[in-house]
Amino acid sequence: MNLIFEIAWTHVRGRVRQTGFAVAGVATGVGFSIMMASLMQGSQDDFTDRLINTLPHITVSDERRTPPGQPAEMFFGAAEIHGLTPEARRPGIKNPLASIAGLEAWVPGAVAPSVRVPAIVRYASQDVAISIVGIDPRREPMVSDLPKQLRGVTLSALYRATNAIIIGDGLSVRIGARPGANITLQTSEGTRLNAQVVGLFHTGVQSIDQRTAYVLIKTGQILSRQTGLVNELRLRLRDPMISREIAARIENDTTYKSVSWQESNEDLLNSFIIRNIIMFAVVGAILLVASFGTYNIISTITHEKARDIAIMKSLGLSEFTVRSIFVVEALIIGLVGALAGFVLGYLLCLALGSVTIKSPFMDSDRLPMAYTYTHYLLAGAVALASSLIAGYQPARKAARLHPVEIIRGAT
Amino acid sequence: MTATPLIEARNVTRILPGIVPTTLVQGVDLAIRQNEFVAITGPSGSGKSSLLYLLGLLDLPTSGEVLIEGQATTSMPEEDRAYARLTMLGFVFQFHFLLPEFTVLENVMLPMRALGKLTKAQMRARGGDLLGSFGLGEHMNKRPDQLSGGQRQRVAVARALANEPPVILADEPTGSLDSKSSEQVFEVLRDLVHVEGKTVVAVTHDLAMAERMDRRIELMDGAIVADKAVSVRQ
Repeated sequence: MNLIFEIAWTHVRGRVRQTGFAVAGVATGVGFSIMMASLMQGSQDDFTDRLINTLPHITVSDERRTPPGQPAEMFFGAAEIHGLTPEARRPGIKNPLASIAGLEAWVPGAVAPSVRVPAIVRYASQDVAISIVGIDPRREPMVSDLPKQLRGVTLSALYRATNAIIIGDGLSVRIGARPGANITLQTSEGTRLNAQVVGLFHTGVQSIDQRTAYVLIKTGQILSRQTGLVNELRLRLRDPMISREIAARIENDTTYKSVSWQESNEDLLNSFIIRNIIMFAVVGAILLVASFGTYNIISTITHEKARDIAIMKSLGLSEFTVRSIFVVEALIIGLVGALAGFVLGYLLCLALGSVTIKSPFMDSDRLPMAYTYTHYLLAGAVALASSLIAGYQPARKAARLHPVEIIRGAT
Repeated sequence: MTATPLIEARNVTRILPGIVPTTLVQGVDLAIRQNEFVAITGPSGSGKSSLLYLLGLLDLPTSGEVLIEGQATTSMPEEDRAYARLTMLGFVFQFHFLLPEFTVLENVMLPMRALGKLTKAQMRARGGDLLGSFGLGEHMNKRPDQLSGGQRQRVAVARALANEPPVILADEPTGSLDSKSSEQVFEVLRDLVHVEGKTVVAVTHDLAMAERMDRRIELMDGAIVADKAVSVRQ
């Protein structure tokens, strides 16, 4: 191996300019791949974090995935009944306090009750349909980042007025209601309530900032005309990635619809998969183009070194040894290119991460970059693999050269 | 002589395929034994070098068999043929064919390193001894392009001897040298036979040189037309 490496290194070192271009090609491919992966991963992580932090990890509502069956259907297995409306049930989760205690016993995280009421907010002759969430300000910080998302107030502001309400800053802009404004809430149950805006929040997710408001749980119950109603249990887990499994178990145990954050954002998460496929395709293409440079240099070296190959074979070096020499040359180019690419990629990430960008779709004014060693390992592995493939073909050809033909040609 | 020949050709024919196939070597029967100093002569295109490459396992016969120490080689895997070249045969070509990026000593060490039986220190010592014995001790750290033609050819002989093969095959070893250098290289080859007991098979155009060797095989159109002892060893 030492001999193989020594000859390979001598060949590569003997062509500084050509080798330099091949190495630069690989380095550029690796560097830009790392930068691209970092940017894509960074924006994905940023968005996922925002989703995870903004919404509860699991929402248990008083709905069921399928409407309740008719009693006769349940009693007689073979019966099929047409034309009857499903049995009406009283809204809300039964025995919410017992349910909370039951969940807290095994769920690795926190649980908070809430009342969600669809309503129309009226202000300055504008009507906007929103979702009002009645919350318990003492429990809310355990299940969401709402306290951090408030602008200049705390959740205790909900106790400041009789019907205090905190609205999203998007909604505030839309209807022109600022803190201190008195707005009217109208529900489908016919309840009409005047509420005072005591604060604003900002999550960064427009659908929430424009269409959600928070009130005390008691106010929510008044709006829904149901004393003691709790129609949602919201959970935050210590590990958000197990939300899907926990939600499935809760639904199985309670029969209430239990939705994890992954399920409620399935479309977005699917789009990430497609985005990642596109990213890997582009990164693969970049590295493939870089490998053409490696193929070119190894082909050139084998062509130039045909006489040496013949001599080595006449001396008794095996085809395997000759082939290995040129494969090692390709790997040297790939390895040096990958290492240089790591440095280039890191510098590109730093540079891109420091660029100031103002976007209405982003809270931060910097591009989110993810720094993870897996990007480096992946890009390095692909660079080495493509160099190996690029070098193998000319190496194989070189090893099969017939020494007699070359020696005759040389003489 | 009853001992097994070091190299034996049995009815060896080599035809170069093509639109018009060319016969390089035709029906050659030949046995080369230990401690022989053999010249292969003949006009250009008579198949001298082709025969040497066949005897040296660099080429495969179209028909017939080449045996090394009694062992058939045509059906051997390429790896085994390469190993036989590494251990049994040493090549010297008309041009030195040294690797230009390596020093003289590194060139001589190359076959030893490929064989891998000695430590690096042992290889250096043996390489140094070989070069010293050919009067090249002070040039061992030079590159081949810093030596004269005769010196390079002696380095090539030293490299051919690196793994102590019993047979040296030389293709026009003095063909590109002036008369003084030719004489030096010839003496080196002669001493290998007469002093060290090796076998040397050399292709040459130089009939005067061939006359000074022990045995002369003459080829014509790929076939042996004469095979005779030509000098009495002194």
